[in-house]
Order: sequence, then C-alpha cells, then structure tokens
Amino acid sequence: MIAVLRHTGWVLRGNPVTMVASFGALVLITLAIVGPWIVPYDPTASNVPNALMPPSAAHWFGTDQLGRDVFSRVIAATRLDLAIAASAVSLSFALGAMIGAFCGYTGGRLDRWVGRFVDVLMAFPLFVLAMAMVAALGNRVENIIYATAIINLPFYIRFARAEVNVRRNSGWVEAARASGNSHVRVVMLFLLPNVLPAMAVQISLNLGWAILNAAGLSFLGLGVKPPTPEWGIMVAEGARFITTGKWWLVVFPGAALMTAVLCFNLLGDGLRDILDPRMRT
Amino acid sequence: MTAPLLTIEDLKVTFSTRNGPVEAIKGVSLSLSAGERLGIVGESGSGKSVTAFSVMQLLDRAGKITGGRITFRGQDITNASRGMLQPLRGAAMSMIFQNPRAALNPIRTVGLQIADVLRAHESLSAKEARARALKLLEAVMIRDPEARLDAYPHELSGGMCQRVMIAMAIACEPTLLIADEPTTGLDVTTQKTVMDLLAEITARRGMAMILITHDLGLAAQYCQRVAVMEKGLVVEEAVPATLFGAPTHPYTRRLVAASPTRHSTVESLVVDREAAPPAPARIAPRPGSEPLLAVRNCVKVFDNGFRGVDDVSFSLAPGESLGLVGESGSGKSTLSRIVCRLIDASEGTITFDGEDIGGIPSRDFYRSRFRRDIQIVFQDHGDSLNPRFSAFDAIADPLRLLGGVQDGRELRRQVEDCARRVGLPEEFLDRFPHQLSGGQKARVGIARAIAAKPRLLVLDEPTAALDVSVQAVILHLLDRLRRETGLAYLFVSHDLNVVRMMCERTIVLQKGRIVEEGPSGPLFTAPSSDYARELIAAIPHFDPEAALARQKALATAV
Repeated sequence: MIAVLRHTGWVLRGNPVTMVASFGALVLITLAIVGPWIVPYDPTASNVPNALMPPSAAHWFGTDQLGRDVFSRVIAATRLDLAIAASAVSLSFALGAMIGAFCGYTGGRLDRWVGRFVDVLMAFPLFVLAMAMVAALGNRVENIIYATAIINLPFYIRFARAEVNVRRNSGWVEAARASGNSHVRVVMLFLLPNVLPAMAVQISLNLGWAILNAAGLSFLGLGVKPPTPEWGIMVAEGARFITTGKWWLVVFPGAALMTAVLCFNLLGDGLRDILDPRMRT
Repeated sequence: MTAPLLTIEDLKVTFSTRNGPVEAIKGVSLSLSAGERLGIVGESGSGKSVTAFSVMQLLDRAGKITGGRITFRGQDITNASRGMLQPLRGAAMSMIFQNPRAALNPIRTVGLQIADVLRAHESLSAKEARARALKLLEAVMIRDPEARLDAYPHELSGGMCQRVMIAMAIACEPTLLIADEPTTGLDVTTQKTVMDLLAEITARRGMAMILITHDLGLAAQYCQRVAVMEKGLVVEEAVPATLFGAPTHPYTRRLVAASPTRHSTVESLVVDREAAPPAPARIAPRPGSEPLLAVRNCVKVFDNGFRGVDDVSFSLAPGESLGLVGESGSGKSTLSRIVCRLIDASEGTITFDGEDIGGIPSRDFYRSRFRRDIQIVFQDHGDSLNPRFSAFDAIADPLRLLGGVQDGRELRRQVEDCARRVGLPEEFLDRFPHQLSGGQKARVGIARAIAAKPRLLVLDEPTAALDVSVQAVILHLLDRLRRETGLAYLFVSHDLNVVRMMCERTIVLQKGRIVEEGPSGPLFTAPSSDYARELIAAIPHFDPEAALARQKALATAV
C-alpha cells in the first residue's frame, strides 16, 4: 500500500498536468458527495422578486429567472451529473470489457458476430441513437444511464478485444492453461487484470464524454426534468436570457461542465502510469 | 608500433534513474589498432553494450559520459558535437545491431535502405547508389542479390537481414566496425556463416572490429584479443588461449567454467555450487518397461498448409531425459506444445502411461486428470509469468488447481517448499516478475512447473534467454531435481552441448522430421546424418586444452 502511494506520488511529481487533473477530479468528487449540504441556498427554492440578479457578494454566480441561486445549483448539480456519468461508464466498462475479452480470447464465430454487431452500432450517429433510446424508453434518469452505456459499449468491446488478442498467445497464458486454469479463469484472472491499466485511460476519457452526453440530452429536454439542478438544463434554460446580457446563467454551469470534462480527460494518461505495476520499481 | 585506431581511457558512464544516478561504466580502458578484432565479453548488465554505445555516441538521454577520454584516429571524440560526429558515423565507424529485423525499416526495400546510407555520405544518383547497393549485397554473399534489392525486410530470413545490416555497415568502408551481439537470435549454422562472413570482410578490407557478445566461445574463435567485463569494469584482457587456458580473475574462471564445451558435464559448469546434499545418481530407466509417453506418427498442419511437424514418432521411458534438437522452424517448439496438450496435433496418437491423451482436445485438457502429470517450463521466463501475479501466486496457482490445496497455511507451506527446492529465497516470493532477475524468474517458472508433482516435464529452451553463469546454475538445478524426483524430461534446445549434458537420448529435428535419433554420447561424437554433423560443427568452440598446449609449445619454442 505504501509502495502504491509512493509510486502515485512519483507519477504525479513527474507529471504536473496529471497532478492538476487529479486535484480537480478530487474536488469534483468531494462536491458531488457533500455539495447539497454545503450550498448557501436551497438550489430549488425560487425567490421571484430576486430574479436575474448579476453576480454579487450574496449570490456569487447571480440568480436565475426564478431567483434561484446559480452557485448553489451549479454545486448541487455535480452529484447528478457525475453519478449519471459514473454509472453509465461502469456499466459499459463491465459489460464491454467482459464481452471484448472473451471475443478476443476465443476468436472464431462469436468474435465475428460480435464484431459485426459493434460495427453496426458504430455506424449510427451515437448521440442521435442515445436520444432515440431515451425518447423511446421514457424520460428518466435510468434511461439516460442505459443509453449512455450502450453508445459507449462498442469502444470497450473493441478495446478489450484488441488488448486481449495480442496477449492470448503470450507465455503466461499458456502457462496458466498448463496449470489447469479453465478458459473463464484465464480471461477473468489473467487477461482482464492485465488490460485494465490500458483501459483506465479509456474509462477516464469516457467519463468526460459521458458527462457531456448526459448534459447534452438534458439540454435537449430529454432525461432530467427541471427544476432538478443539472448543468445541461441550466445551460438550456439560461440560453433564453443570453441575448439580454444575462451571461451568468449560461457561463457558470457551462464552465463547470467544461472543467469536469477536461479534468477526466487529462487524468487518463496519469492513471495508466499509476495502475501499471511494471511502472513501479 | 603505430598509434592505435581507438583508445578508451578510464571511461565512466552514469545513467540517471529514478533511484538516483547509477554508474554503468566505472573506468574502462581499452585500445584497438587498425585491422584488429577485439571481443568484449560479459553477461547482461556488465556494461559491454554501453561501452560500444559511448564510442558511437549513441547513449540515450539518461546516460552521460562522466569521465575519461575516447580517442578515434587521434581525435578526441568524448562528448563530441553532432556536427563533428556526423561524418564519422557510418563512414569511419559503423555498427551492427543485435536484432537485424528491428533495425531495418519495415516499409522500405533493402536496396533503398542501403542506398540511403551511401547517399548520406556521398553525392550519388539513384542509379549509381543502386549499383553500389547491388555490389554490397554481392559482397555479403546473399543469394540472388539482384532480386533481394527490391525485397522488404519481412521477406528475408533473420540471417539474410543480418547480411543486409552488414552490407549497410560496410557501405562506406569504415575503419571500425562495432558488432553488438550480431548473431544472438540466429540459428547456430546461420551464426557460423554470418560470423565467417564478418571475419572475412573485416580481414579483407583491413577493418578493425569490436565484437560484443555474451558467448565466450564465439569471441575466442573470431577475435585476436578478448576483454571480459563485469559490473562496468574490464576484469581481464588477454588473447583467447590465455583466457581459456589460464584465466586469472575469479570471474573469468567462473565464466569459462560455465560456458558449455564439448567436454563439460553438468557438474563442471558450476565452480562454487550451491550448498546442497549430494544428489542421488540418475535413475536409469528399466529396460523393457512400459514407456511413459509414446508419440506415434504425429503431424501438425497449420492453417496456411505448412507442415510444422511431419510424421514424428518417439517414446520416453519413466525418469528418462530425451533431448529434442533443431533450428528455428524445425518444429521442436510445436512438438513440445503438442506433447504438453496446449495445441492439437492434426494426425497421430499420443499415449501417456498407457492411456490415449491425444484424443482429448487441448481446449478441454485442463480438466483431464493427466494435466498435473505433464507440465512445461517455457523459454522466455519474463513472458511466461503473469505480470500481475507475485512469485507466490504463480507457484500457488497450479497447487490450488491441480494439487487441490485450498487451506491457506498448507498452501504457504507447499509454495515455500517448492521455492526451496529450486533455490528461490523466501523473501522473493512476494515480488512481482519485473522485480526479479532473469535467473530468479527462471526459478519461479521451474517451481511452478514442479509444484503439481508432474511425471513428465517439458522444458522448452529453459536456458536460452539466460546468461551462461545463470544457465549453468539452472542446468545444475534441473539435473538435481530429476535425480531427486525421478521426473522424465523432454528437453527442447537449440544448444547441442546443453542437450548432450542433460539427456541420455537425443532426437534431431529438421523441417518437422526426425533426421537422427540415438543415445546422446555417440550421436555427438559420431553423427550419422549430414544435418547433425553440420549442426555440431557450427557450435562456436574454443578448446581450452588444445589452446594451452599450443601456448606451451609456443613458449618452449621461444
């Protein structure tokens, strides 16, 4: 454990971008956990006489058309946005890595069929596909998660398949078979843990993308419904007021969105270095 | 005496690493006159390649020359600038690398690549360069040089790629050629032709050569002087006869003893043996007993129609050690994997202990009760260990699955017992493969294979990737294990000397077929097939006794 921490420290020192990104991600996660309790105002309480106030000492990010505090809403939205992204990515990672790993290991007919299915899935404009799924399944948070998970699935399947494919003939896989490991054990205990570090990059990149996807769907009125604080909805609602110079309604949730996506994207490479045991000496 | 071509004085090279600076070369002095051939011999990590790279100024960014002087043709080239080196590199000194395939650009024809070297130093038209490239390919005696000009590296064999590399290295008539393990990874017969070619070319053109190798025999056979390096220092430098006949430094003595020759035995390889009880005598297989393993008319046809193994039959008695010798592509690894039931044969039968195991598809063999009886030790010990398993996990895996050991304390006890038998200190059990040395990884691989108490151990080139001194210890260990447990070995190797020491009987494979089979002793002293004779003749050797006699004769004559 100490070795892992020391190694993490070493990676971060040598890579200031990762350091900043991990710090940002840490802040975001903390806000997602404690956000609703530390916000100065109730994020859903409207106060109409106080509507559309510019940023001030009382309301750091100003107030919206119903007089709700934008700062409180931006902070409170972190939990929902990260939760959607994290569950969607975990779901597609768990499924995709497993399907891809088995395809890559066995090859043959299963591999070909899954490969074609993935190709078909990727031929769709993915965001439109997600919209169609949410529209068909119903306007609910779970459905945003499922839709985001499904459109991410092809990337994990392909990635895991390729990574396993190059390793399936390596000496340690043969050795595992000679030691009496069943094929399921070879995939689950030997191959998957070895492709994990490379997949961590993908997870991190996808997390940013999934946040964007969830916000995008909400922006279009699919999924999360107002008055729930959510970055996509806030940008959508604020967009009506931008022409009259009420910039704070759009800029702050937009900046939060951008920061979150950027943090997870930058985290990727550092994460791989941290997870790979061979990088530890 | 003329001034030497190259002098290295008290060279020190330091690499900056994560754990602080590491001194790789701690004061090396060497000199080389024009036309001389110097061998630098050492094991991995001895600094032999770093020395050569310093001369060529090819050290990577982490490495720095921190002391000493390198003089080439009277010119100080220590830390020379790029501009000063450019005309020297390739034209005055050039280098041949270890892996010829990796050193060639895969998407350009070899003719163009040779022309590139020529045109970097001389202004030539494309046509002239092509003509010169053809001449060079003729000089390295490649078959059908005209056609090879337009070949891509992947269309050539390893030996041909190395010939192309040599052609590139001599293209601008350098006065110094540095060959860094030029034949590692090549078959022994190819090694002989490549080395003969190198010796001939350098002699004919009056080039000096530095041959860097881990193979003492090779250096002794082809060099006039040999320097032995250990841990960044030259510990001994002498003519081959002295080095072999009367090595003075303890490290050289150890290295000479560990290098297998046609006279060495497993015992003679290791000078300071591990403290172990005297091993019991080899168990002689009882004549007329039922064979443990019988392979009949085994054929393996690959998807592309290539017959990797072609009608091979042999049998193995309990406790016997059978050698399987052949060059790359002879099908020996394929055969060992078929016997191990990791891949299926296309035709033929395999019986183990009187029962047919060839009928069980290899994909289901993990469930067979014979899985624990047949185990394998792989060639590349780094590649055969799961990077995410500690040594303990690696050895415990077969114990859990095949030995049926579930109880944690019992498992720990048995793993430690295996580790003790292969001489792996207990504190290494918690380490991961990348934290272990080559020899330690080999021990983990052997411990894993013997953990389930098999009756047949397939050894697929178990020492090919190891330094000679480590090889000596591992061979010794394998021999002792066999005496203690009565295991049968199927010993696959390209190194004929090793097979001769380890096996009672030997099979020689060529292109998937058995060309000769018989007791190891007679087979090596009087081979009956041409191929076996050629293989045995190609082993680089240096006869210490003959050399000593020659030296004595020389001394009395003077």
